[in-house]
Amino acid sequence: MKESSLRRRIFADRAFQALVALLSFCAILPMFFILFFITKNGIAVINWNFLTRLPAPVGETGGGIANGIIGSGLLIVLSSVIAVPVGVLTGIYLAEHRKGKFAYLSRLSVEILMGIPSIVIGIIAYIWVVMPTGSFSAISGGVALGIMMLPVIVMSTEETLKLIPDSLKEASLALGVSYPRTILKVILPAGLNGIVTGVLLSVARVTGETAPLLFTAFGSPFMAVNILKPVSALPLTVFNYATSPYPEWHALAWGASFVLLVFVLALNLTAKLGLRKWKVQF
Amino acid sequence: MESPVLRIENFCAGFDSNQVLKDINLSILRNKITAVMGPSGCGKTTLIRCINRMHELIPNANVSGKILLDEQNIFDLDPIIVRRKIGMVFQRPNPFPTMSIYDNVIAGYNLNGIRISKGDKDRIVEESLKKAALWDEVKDALHRKGTFLSGGQQQRLCIARALAMDPEILLLDEPTSALDPKSTAHIEELVVHLKDAVTIIQVTHNIPQAARISDFTAFIYLGELVEFGPTEKLFTVPKDKRTEEYLTGKFG
Repeated sequence: MKESSLRRRIFADRAFQALVALLSFCAILPMFFILFFITKNGIAVINWNFLTRLPAPVGETGGGIANGIIGSGLLIVLSSVIAVPVGVLTGIYLAEHRKGKFAYLSRLSVEILMGIPSIVIGIIAYIWVVMPTGSFSAISGGVALGIMMLPVIVMSTEETLKLIPDSLKEASLALGVSYPRTILKVILPAGLNGIVTGVLLSVARVTGETAPLLFTAFGSPFMAVNILKPVSALPLTVFNYATSPYPEWHALAWGASFVLLVFVLALNLTAKLGLRKWKVQF
Repeated sequence: MESPVLRIENFCAGFDSNQVLKDINLSILRNKITAVMGPSGCGKTTLIRCINRMHELIPNANVSGKILLDEQNIFDLDPIIVRRKIGMVFQRPNPFPTMSIYDNVIAGYNLNGIRISKGDKDRIVEESLKKAALWDEVKDALHRKGTFLSGGQQQRLCIARALAMDPEILLLDEPTSALDPKSTAHIEELVVHLKDAVTIIQVTHNIPQAARISDFTAFIYLGELVEFGPTEKLFTVPKDKRTEEYLTGKFG
């Protein structure tokens, strides 16, 4: 081969590598900008009162987001109680029945559910829960968020369990262990790492959701823990403060965004790094 | 002649229309080692997976005929009862990865929810590991994960796990095929010692291994039981031409 063409190849090679690196860099920029701006604007208002006080009336200074934090916590608990059992059991079913029409239908439904806009899920929860009970409520918000968590939990459970070798199931069955016990005591513990990761990621996914809460949990300026009454949530707090005309409320919106961001970031990092050492070696 | 512990009568098995085993008749004597040998795909693994009813776990699997354990047809029993009486060790070691060595050995009790005292557990674990010739190597590491052991040790752990249930019969499905020669020799020696305590049926495609360890040998070819008899006789004066050809390496 001629030296000049070889040089051209090496050049093309390097240029391509540089391009790929540059574009990868562009892909990580938004995250750093978001982290930077929210931290810069939000961290100033963070103090103990901000985290533990209720919102102040217009015109008064101070006030906090305690209602949003408690409300988000309540919604996460409610949605997890709904979505984790259903999601994990569906995931087990799909992993155990890889073929078959019903499994195919379930898998397809879950995949479609993943793509349904969150506002539509909010409307569904409104029709299912808010209209019959006649009131906006934490439980209706929990239903909406639970439906949103479901596909993530189902898919991560299914993918995790599919990777567990069949030999493990056979080992248990060959000891005369019944099928349900084999699933609960051998297969689930072996896949616990992946399932918990999926649950954490699904919580991270719904914690920031605003749209499905607008006509379910609705928001509340009070410290509400009754699941049949409207509650606030951090994204609703951000939404209400940010759309208000008062500059001091905008500052509170940044602060609430910062709290939300830190929480979601912590969940993601726990899911990615923290659970790694739990991983089961086969 | 002693009474057989297991009798297989007119037994056929397969998947859908694919018949893997054809009309097998075989009697297994108590406290003997019976080797089941034959070329790959002949149905020998299917046969022993039928004996503890693991075969039927595969979709579309079917069986016909009888397998009598102590004169009772295992297909009339609950598979869970059958599997507690007939233990199995697989081709590849498969200790439970989430459990310690101790918990692996006692897993048959814990997973089944059988409640026994801590003292009994300790005794069963120690006895089983001693029977599986693993006790001396792991007695100081009982609470470490079983997956840290070497392949041969893991396989002996799986044997200990099966023995802990005190089975009548132990099925070994090519237990040394994934192991190095030294571990293989270790397991062979162990199996010979074990026959005082338990009846052993071992599948192997390793002809010399069948000759070394077994009392009886069954030769299966294309799903048929070609020949069955005392190992010494079958290896020295085979009755069937196909057995002779297999033993001399003409096929398989």
